[in-house]
Amino acid sequence: MVRLAARSLFYLILTAVAVLQLLPLVWLLLFSLKNSQEVFELPPFALPTEPRWENYWKVWTKGNIRVYFLNSVWITAASVVLTVLLAGLATFALTRMRWKLRPLALGLFMVGMMIPVHSTLIPLFGLFSRIGLKDNPLSLVLSYTAFNLPVTVLIFLGFYMRLPRELEESAVIDGCSVHRLFFRIIFPITASVTTTAAIINMIYNWNEFIFVNTFISSDHWKTLTVGIQNFTGQYMRDWGAIGATLMISILPVLVAYFALSEKIVEGMTAGSIKG
Amino acid sequence: MERMMSNKAVVALYVWPALALVLVLIYVPIVLTGYYGLMKWDGIGRMEFVGLDQYARLIRDPLFWNSAYHSFLLAVFSTAALFLYLGVALVLASRIRGANLFRKIYLIPMLLSSVAIAQLWLKVYHPSNGILNRLLESLGVARTPDWLADPDIVLYAVFAPILWQYAGFYILIYYTALKNIPSDLLEAARIDGANAWQTAIRIRIPLIAEVFKVTVVLAVVGSLKYFDLIYVMTDGGPNGASEVMASYMYRKAFRGFDFGYGSAIAFFLLLICLAATWAIRKSTASRDTVQYS
Repeated sequence: MVRLAARSLFYLILTAVAVLQLLPLVWLLLFSLKNSQEVFELPPFALPTEPRWENYWKVWTKGNIRVYFLNSVWITAASVVLTVLLAGLATFALTRMRWKLRPLALGLFMVGMMIPVHSTLIPLFGLFSRIGLKDNPLSLVLSYTAFNLPVTVLIFLGFYMRLPRELEESAVIDGCSVHRLFFRIIFPITASVTTTAAIINMIYNWNEFIFVNTFISSDHWKTLTVGIQNFTGQYMRDWGAIGATLMISILPVLVAYFALSEKIVEGMTAGSIKG
Repeated sequence: MERMMSNKAVVALYVWPALALVLVLIYVPIVLTGYYGLMKWDGIGRMEFVGLDQYARLIRDPLFWNSAYHSFLLAVFSTAALFLYLGVALVLASRIRGANLFRKIYLIPMLLSSVAIAQLWLKVYHPSNGILNRLLESLGVARTPDWLADPDIVLYAVFAPILWQYAGFYILIYYTALKNIPSDLLEAARIDGANAWQTAIRIRIPLIAEVFKVTVVLAVVGSLKYFDLIYVMTDGGPNGASEVMASYMYRKAFRGFDFGYGSAIAFFLLLICLAATWAIRKSTASRDTVQYS
């Protein structure tokens, strides 16, 4: 009897936490589908008389949300590809090859994770201004790659270390070059950890704010995080439009989570040291 | 084989692209931040060397200490919240059906951008139409607070969504660590007649002490340098009531064009973060960890 009561209490606690975590998001979904009158007059969790999909249509066609969205997509994609490729190459050399300064290089990657972005912001801004990359999306791709390389190397590290030695031996016997070994053998068989790293990188880059806010000034290069910031100021009273914008901005991550939740959970745990 | 796997040219080709980016965009800026902190500089004109003047200014600047105090408070709240998260994780790890689903739901806010979360919570706190005040009104509260405009409340109002966002992340870490405890240990405890509470206090928690230590460092350092959500929700306002160190640095450098002072704050922030990491590790390392063999 006591046991049953305890179990019930446990489920009650866990459900309460789940409700707490989801409720604001459910409310967001609901008001993104209401018109202003329904937002202000109906109870917060009441359904709209009919879903106002036109909110989504309106913000997608008017204003710059579409531009911001596409910028987010390609800047995220370019950074993810670059990061995963460079981290793969570096991790291969760090784990499978023998060279003198290996511990130092590994140390630089690992310590790099502990450095707060904010403490690098002013010199980075100066650097990008001087080399003409201010207000240029390349500054974002380079920064995202640099700051995510350490955690990506960390995610790769254990996996690459456990690869069997025979892989390299047989490659050498077959007269295979190092490049062939990496691109044709190592990279494909590490596909699983590469996916984990890529999806985690995608989430970090998609959500990044402070670099865009600092380096990018013109509307046609802004990404969603900074874009929705401007947009919501502009549509102060139109809650439906703001809700729809926020939903559009979080939807890609939510879809990725439903499709690849195991990978994301795994990557979040592995990358937990990242600052 | 030996020769191929220690070919210097290949090593250089594989390591340098990644290492160069990290060096140029992370390490060089850190050194430069330290250097700029010794300068007077508006970002455009010539730099003027002023020695440690910016740091002397920092020590005397009440607005900076105001922001540092808020960052410190956030660190205290975030650390305190870890015990709550650990509690939830312990419950979750006690043979719960659907534990996996709960864990996945909890993590959702962590995956969303701080900007989207900040915008959403601006609505949650909306004085007349937010869910919070709507709820209070339906409970009969006559004078509902204006959460983000009241200087006595605003700081705690911006902390809440930060703790909310990170909850699932820490629960996930604890849950994973708890699930990695070998089941024969728990089985042995059960046979010896330990109840769930005793198992938690005597076995589970001591065994994940290392993980807990890491999360304390994460929470403290993450709080000290916290920026995004506060910047978007209140921009440190009203009148500095929710200013934190990083937002103060940002204001001085990128709004006030006081890059010398901004750099001094940024460098100080780095030192504080490293010092906090070191201090927490040092203060918890000496304690004996329980050994089970």
